[in-house]
Amino acid sequence: MQPSIDVSSSPADPMTPRMFRVLRNYNDTADCYTLSLQAEDGDPLLFAPGQFTMLYAFGRGEVPISISGDPSDPGTLIHTIREVGPVTQALREVKKGGLIGVRGPYGTAWPVKEAEGNDVVFVAGGIGLAPLRPALYQVLHRRSRFGKVALLYGARTPNDILYRDELEKWRSRFDMQVEVTVDRSQAGWRGHVGVVTRLISRTGFDPVNTIAMVCGPEVMMRFAVAELTGRGVAQEQIHVSLERNMKCAVGFCGHCQLGPAFICKDGPVFVFPEVKRLLSIREV
Amino acid sequence: MSAGTTTAPTYRTLTVPQLDQLLSALCKEGYLTIGPTVGDAAIVYDEIRSTKDLPRGYTDEQEAGSYRLRENAQGYFAYITPVQSAKQYLHPPRQHLWEAVKDSEGFHILPDPPANTRYAFVGLRPCELRAIEIQDRVFLTEPFVAQHYKALRQAAFLIVAQCTRAGATCFCQSMGTGPAARGGFDLALTEFPEEATFLLEIGTPRGQAIVDAIGCAEAPEEMVEQARARQSQAALQMGRRLDTEELPKQLGSSYSSGRWEQIARRCLSCGNCTMVCPTCFCTNVEDTASLTGDHAGRWQRWDSCFTSELSYIHGGVVRKSTASRYRQWLLHKLCTWHEQFGESGCVGCGRCITWCPVGIDITEEAQALRQAH
Repeated sequence: MQPSIDVSSSPADPMTPRMFRVLRNYNDTADCYTLSLQAEDGDPLLFAPGQFTMLYAFGRGEVPISISGDPSDPGTLIHTIREVGPVTQALREVKKGGLIGVRGPYGTAWPVKEAEGNDVVFVAGGIGLAPLRPALYQVLHRRSRFGKVALLYGARTPNDILYRDELEKWRSRFDMQVEVTVDRSQAGWRGHVGVVTRLISRTGFDPVNTIAMVCGPEVMMRFAVAELTGRGVAQEQIHVSLERNMKCAVGFCGHCQLGPAFICKDGPVFVFPEVKRLLSIREV
Repeated sequence: MSAGTTTAPTYRTLTVPQLDQLLSALCKEGYLTIGPTVGDAAIVYDEIRSTKDLPRGYTDEQEAGSYRLRENAQGYFAYITPVQSAKQYLHPPRQHLWEAVKDSEGFHILPDPPANTRYAFVGLRPCELRAIEIQDRVFLTEPFVAQHYKALRQAAFLIVAQCTRAGATCFCQSMGTGPAARGGFDLALTEFPEEATFLLEIGTPRGQAIVDAIGCAEAPEEMVEQARARQSQAALQMGRRLDTEELPKQLGSSYSSGRWEQIARRCLSCGNCTMVCPTCFCTNVEDTASLTGDHAGRWQRWDSCFTSELSYIHGGVVRKSTASRYRQWLLHKLCTWHEQFGESGCVGCGRCITWCPVGIDITEEAQALRQAH
């Protein structure tokens, strides 16, 4: 009874990456860069906003990175990455024309469809803007289906602001509110200074009919939820994206567990009450 | 699994020479026969060729933080549990995943073909059989199926040795995983050491086929009853028990208990419990590179929630304290596993108690946490 197993079928193996070629690799800020990729086999990587992939740099390893491109243009796979370790450093060094391994997409999505008919508030901290951008694109593509749209974004310093050109474009629209704040000001900065959660109180939305999508450091998300609920937004209307160091992204490795949740499969996007209790306990 | 649908159990008697015939038949069919044997002053699983390799006359005494091999028993399967379980074969400590090779285009990836070893496990304890079924849910649930595990698991032939005695760290009775297996095996043996015979229970058509070739006699009804009686006796000998009634729910509200700090004063965070646990599945990946830089390998290897690396994300470690790591381990086994996979992650084999260098006892800790509830 020799089992019949197709050894050639690498796509069936969830641990084997597909090959993608680098179209562009450019710096956004001092420590963030954006990789624009295209599948070698020509098969676009279809994804939902909020999902992530595992990116492999030859010989260095693999890291989970949220997709930050436009879901309606899946032919070009875009990730904005912060350089924090050896793999993200190696990925930064891959030149145009070089190859990168990609597995995915994995995980849950931002509730863009569910948000139709509601006001939408995006709250982003630092690199947390990258996983939110696909949802923002989708909302703006179908702008008429939503009520008020606000993007509240906090960066460390003016030099750390991501997607500056796009932010300026979005800010010039009459159908959305864009507020940007920095933790530490620099010469020439005339904008807000302070934590992003402080912007929530100065944003116009109807709390009863609002969907909030929040992504940033865990402490920032806790404060954002407190501000939002303080304004009357129900916890069930708040969605957060969590981060852990996934090694497999398919529930095999156990690294990303948060209590009963595998962040790779059950997340990274959660409706807040699902993770509320565990986020309030230290070292879970 | 490929073992096929379970047929109504039929019973045969098996003599020691017939057990040897069974082992040879498995070898002839291309199986690598793995069974208990004496090694490193303990009962360990290893390759066996005949009944001569089995630990005849040996037993073991296990207690919290203590294991002693004794040579004063009768029979081939008189020991309690081997040090390791089938996990080290089906979900091996190190598994090569694929190789990346540089070429003119950049590089390409050569996936490792799934392992083609066909293991026949001889003498699995019922709790170990349940542990395999528990790992099946982790690795074989669609949409993500672990290819190496699937290949090894589908090919594996499973022969259980039903327990007729229990050890001091056993609590399978509490977990509902033993002392007797009622299905999920190809064949099951219950040993009658004084007569040097076994009651053989057939679980699958392929088990039936191999037994038919040997020509074992049908077992008399009394022998089946006697085997049941011996298994029931083992149920009465359990050295530990764990009250599982409402346990996941009560442990779920124990995150802030002071008990975790108390355990952490003893726990060395060594990870022994996770290494010997037959259900613990956590892994890390390792990237290796050749000296020329043209080849890069990717390996999966066992990891443990007692390491700082397991919860490392850029900027730091999530579970810094030993208390938080032990909490992760115990709550995963007995609480959150239910939410993840619809069953407990503990089979009550007692290995984590025996092999803990300081003798931390999961049944004692769970009970204390429940009482604090």
